[in-house]
Parts: sequence; structure tokens; C-alpha cells
Amino acid sequence: MNKFISLAFKKAREDNRPAFLTYTVAGDSTKKKSLDILKSISKDVDICEIGFPHNTPIADGGQIQTSAYRAIKNGIKISDVFQLVRIFKKTKNSKPVILMGYYNMIYQYGENKFIKKCKSSGVNGLIVVDLPWPENKNFAKKCKSNSISFIQLLSPTTSKERLIKIIKDSHNMIYYISMLSTTGGKLKVSPKQILSNYKKIKKINPKKNCVIGFGITEKTISKLKNADGLVVGSAICKEITKSLKNGQNPVINVSRIVKRLKNKIL
Amino acid sequence: MKLKRKIPLIDQHDKFGFWGGKFGGSFIPETLKKPIDDLTKDFQKLRKNKNFIKKRNFYFKNYIGSPTRFIKLENLTEYLGGAQIWAKVVSDANGGAHKIYNATVHALICKNMGKKYIVGDTGAGYAGKMLSMAAKKFGLKCKIFMGAKDIKRQKPNCDAMRKNGAEIVPVFSGSQTLVDAVSECMRYWVSNCDTTHMCVGSTVGPNIFVKICGWSTSQISRELKKQIKKKFNKIPNKVKLINCVGGGSSAYGFWSEFVDYPKSQIELIGVEAGGPKKSKLHAAPLSRGAKLGVLHGAASYVCQNSEGQIKETESISAGLDYPGVSPIHCFLKDTKRARYTYATDEDALNAYKLVTKLEKINPSLEPSHAFAEAIKIAPKLSKNTIVIVNSCGDAKKDRDILRKKLGKKI
Ligand SMILES: Cc1ncc(COP(=O)(O)O)c(C=O)c1O
Repeated sequence: MNKFISLAFKKAREDNRPAFLTYTVAGDSTKKKSLDILKSISKDVDICEIGFPHNTPIADGGQIQTSAYRAIKNGIKISDVFQLVRIFKKTKNSKPVILMGYYNMIYQYGENKFIKKCKSSGVNGLIVVDLPWPENKNFAKKCKSNSISFIQLLSPTTSKERLIKIIKDSHNMIYYISMLSTTGGKLKVSPKQILSNYKKIKKINPKKNCVIGFGITEKTISKLKNADGLVVGSAICKEITKSLKNGQNPVINVSRIVKRLKNKIL
Repeated sequence: MKLKRKIPLIDQHDKFGFWGGKFGGSFIPETLKKPIDDLTKDFQKLRKNKNFIKKRNFYFKNYIGSPTRFIKLENLTEYLGGAQIWAKVVSDANGGAHKIYNATVHALICKNMGKKYIVGDTGAGYAGKMLSMAAKKFGLKCKIFMGAKDIKRQKPNCDAMRKNGAEIVPVFSGSQTLVDAVSECMRYWVSNCDTTHMCVGSTVGPNIFVKICGWSTSQISRELKKQIKKKFNKIPNKVKLINCVGGGSSAYGFWSEFVDYPKSQIELIGVEAGGPKKSKLHAAPLSRGAKLGVLHGAASYVCQNSEGQIKETESISAGLDYPGVSPIHCFLKDTKRARYTYATDEDALNAYKLVTKLEKINPSLEPSHAFAEAIKIAPKLSKNTIVIVNSCGDAKKDRDILRKKLGKKI
């Protein structure tokens, strides 16, 4: 169990607000820019989720796909992702970093080697989109014994029975997918409905830090602030795309939107 | 790793869905766990349900039109001067290819589950065309995901889909071919799995889709076995079953009844797309040494780079232009029950020319890859060797490509 992740939630709770998590893609738009973005937003962010991009993402919507393809095109390699984390962590040692991606990349790297590399670069948690429970049991165990949190995903389609079993096997953070959607879809259920599902999850084990993600934007974030944590991804990726299109500096624009998002949940 | 006897290959997986302990599985986002579990349970029930089997058989016979012909290619046999060349003309099936079996079964399942919407992927456009036909027949609303490149090169099938009332969703990401269409279709299903059923167009994808597809196309070899016995009064001593392999649904269907026979009696030969002769790109993960990886929810041999990024593929045949392959074929390869090779674009075109010059069949570019292998090996084989090629698709859809490459009107 990773203590930095627990601490981030504890701190947010003490401030009487949800933890704020951002998702950006490593190497988007370039290796340097993505590091600059992370450094610049980290003061407003409690936990940084960083995507290691895959070119066949079966659960990502348009915005994150665009970011991922852009990063790959600009040459990002898995070793660069670890390097990015390492440099980021040099100055932000206590800021938790969660890597997120698809299993094939981990499989090709080798599970054990991947986890070891995560540990040595300062990665605190892992989300593997296409490695569901119970298939992920072994891998999650390996993460845990290396003090890396494996973050289980839950969805509106997850049955009650399954929720109980997954939560039992989960570590200190779980991730509730707000709706039936790929990342970045329009929020098609009401925040009220989302929070009601969220409460059912919390009731099973109130101690687990549960974040909500998928489809959260400036418009909707404040309505969900009763959760332990909120993740914004596509809205940020979209901002990068927009900045590049307008010939503006994505670092500045992303920092601004992150600040605005954060202000809405204080 | 070992094959079991007397158990259909589609059922020879472990409880996590892996064949041979490592091929297949269900690498899916959490959201799809429930719809896939539901589908798995439903299919398990339906395949044991007498009424459902009756319905399937009824539509296979009266709608798809079975059996498809089993014919000797006399002229080609004589020309090659070796083994006897036969064809199972699966392109006789309604719509012009084997994809109709899987599409029909999925439409029946969709109806049975009470869903009104069905979506599917397509490369050559046959899987899409057939799904649009079946959807129309059974009153379902249908969306087909297709790479923008394939929409251009397989226009006749796109026209058919639209005529059947299906919506074609063009996919512009990546190589704009089948691999991208499957990804986009899966993403759509993630967002709409509460109202919509998904049909995967081949024996690929999460475990249950491999099973449903294989269960559907196995009609081909059930027919063939009877037809062989009738023609030869027995199963001859030397048979070679040659089939093209994209995802591997036609090959599985063509072979499933024969897997238990000794290799020395019935050899199974799969032919992948070798791509243009001068190109480094191909779509032949089995025969050109691709590594094990995870693509579209299953572990199989996949064309990929060392980082696990899926590689672009290239083939003149849109139906074979896919970087992955069925886990069942990986299993057949590693147990050495089947042999896999490839034919280049040029080989396939030459085979197409020769077959259509000598015979009255019109195999599309996919089975032309299989014919290329038959043409290559037949001259060296004895006259009592029976080479059977699955002519699993009709070349009408390839009109534009053939016209361009061969200057020929078809
Ligand atoms: C005629 C034909 N043959 C073969 C294939 C390849 O698929 P599979 O290997 O699943 O039969 C396709 C796919 O579109 C096809 O249309």
C-alpha cells in the first residue's frame, strides 16, 4: 500500500475538499512539454495520473486518443515515461504519481521488470485499463508487495457481488467510472445519480479512498465534490490540442484550466 | 500444450478463457465485464437449447442456403498436374461469404437478449454487409465500423450495407483499416452496452466472441465432412485443407470437424497475408514470427514493436489486413496441428488470374491467398492427394482493386 497516496487523500480531507487528480499523457505534446505541464500544475493537484500511451486503446475517447497518438508520434517510449516520472519526482518527491495504461505494454516489458522500474522511478500507483478483476489478482499482489497501489476500477455495470469482492481485494484507492462511456464522453447521467452509486460503493467499505472519473469538466466538477477524489483527463487533453491548434503554449493554458477546476471544488 | 480429442476446439480453454494456458482470455475494461458475462451465460444456454438449434438450422438452410457446393476444379487440377484440387464454394452462401454464419447467429442472440441495436466491425466489408443483412432480416438497427481506407477499397460491400439500412461509421484513426475499426467498435460498445449487442467479425476478441464465431462457422466443416464422405465413400488418406487466415473464422469453420484426424491424413494449412513482395509490412503474425501480445481483449501472436505498440499492416486483401489472429490458431500452431504460411499480394493476384481463367469460380482476394498455396504445392503432390481450398468469398467486392491491378472487368 502506498503511503503517499493515502496521505494525499488525508490532506484533502483535512481541507474539507475532494482530492484533485489530473490525467495527462506522457510525451504529450512532447517529452519536455509534458514534464513542464506536470511541474506547472502540480501545486494545484493532489495526485498526478500519467498515461503511458498505447496506439490501440479500446477504452479511450477522442481527446485522450489524440493525445496518445500525438505523444507516440513525437517519439515517446516507455523508458521515457519512467524517466519523466524520475525527473518530476526529484523536485516533487511527495506528490503521488499513478501510471495508467494498457496491459500489452506491461506484458511486453515484463511484469516484474515493469514493477521494479515503477518503484525505482517513484511511481506510487498503477491503473491497467484492460486487466480487470479477477484476472488482475496476481499482478495486484506483486504491486502491493512493492508498495505500489494497484487501483481497481468499478463501473455502473459492476454487480453488487462483484463490487464486494473487488473492494475486498483493492488497495488504498479505488476508481469509480461515472458512466457507461469511454474516457471523455459527455456526462450522460446526472451528478446526483453518480453520487448515489458512489455512496453504495463507500458503504461497502468507507475506508477505501474512492475517486470518480470519466466525463468530468469545469461545468460538472463542483456538483461531485462530495467524493473522496475527482479525476479530470479529457478536458485537459482537449486543452492541449486546442492550444497547439491556436499556436499557444499548452503549459500556460493547461495550468489555467487546472487552477479553475481546482477552485471549483475548494 | 496439448489438444484434447472429442471436445470442440472452442471449448478447450481454461476457466480464464485461455487456450493452451496462454492464448485468448478476456482483457477488457471493467464496464464490459457484465455484458460479456451475460452474453457468455446466454450463449451457454442457447447452444444447449433445442429450439435455438432448430432455429439456427432453419436459417442456415433457408436463409444462408446450405450446403454450399463442394466441387472438383478439373481444369486447375489438370493444369497443375499433381494433386486433385477441390473447392468448397462457401461464397455460394447468401451475401457471398462465410461471414453470414456469424452474423446470423449474433442477430439471433441479440434478438434473444431483447436488444434492438447491433454493432459490428468490418474490413473487407463482408462482416459488415452480412450483419446489415441479418439485422434487416431480424428487425435490428445496425451500425458498422469500418476503416476509411477500407471504405474506399471495398465500395460494393459498402453500397450493400447502406442499401440494407445500416449506418457505416468511418474510422480515421491509425491505419484506417480493420484493426482501427475493431477498436472503435469496442469503444462504442463500452459506451452503449446497456442497449446494444456487439458482433465481432471473426474468431478474435474476448473469449466469448471467439467461441460464438467458431460455433457459427463450423457449419462449413459439418457440411464438408458429409460431402467428402459422399464423394469418396470415406475420408481419403491424404487430404489437405487450405484456408486463408485473417482473424481465422473461415479457417476454424473449415477445419473444426477434422482436428481430431491425424495430421498425416488431414493436413490443415493456413495462409496469411504476406503483403506486397517488396514491403516490410505484412499481416502474417503466425507465419512470420510475431510475438505474443494482447490486442482487442485477447492474447495472441500480434504484429507489434518491442514496446507493445501494434504495428501497421499491409495487404491487398482488406479481410486479411489485421495484425492479430485468433487465439485458437495460435493454439493450433503451437500444438503443431496446423501449419501456417503466407502468400504475397502478387502471389494472390496471380492465383486469382489462374483460377478465374481456368474455372467458373470467382474467389475474392482473401481465398486467392489460399489458392496461391494450393497452386504452389499441388504439382509436387501425388494424384491421390486431395487438396481442398475454402473459396470463402466472392470477388465482386474487389472489383475496383482487380480492375486497377489487372486491368480487368469482372
Ligand atoms: C472473404 C473473406 N475471407 C476471409 C476473411 C478473413 O477473415 P477470417 O480469417 O476470419 O475468415 C474475410 C474477412 O473479412 C473475408 O471477407
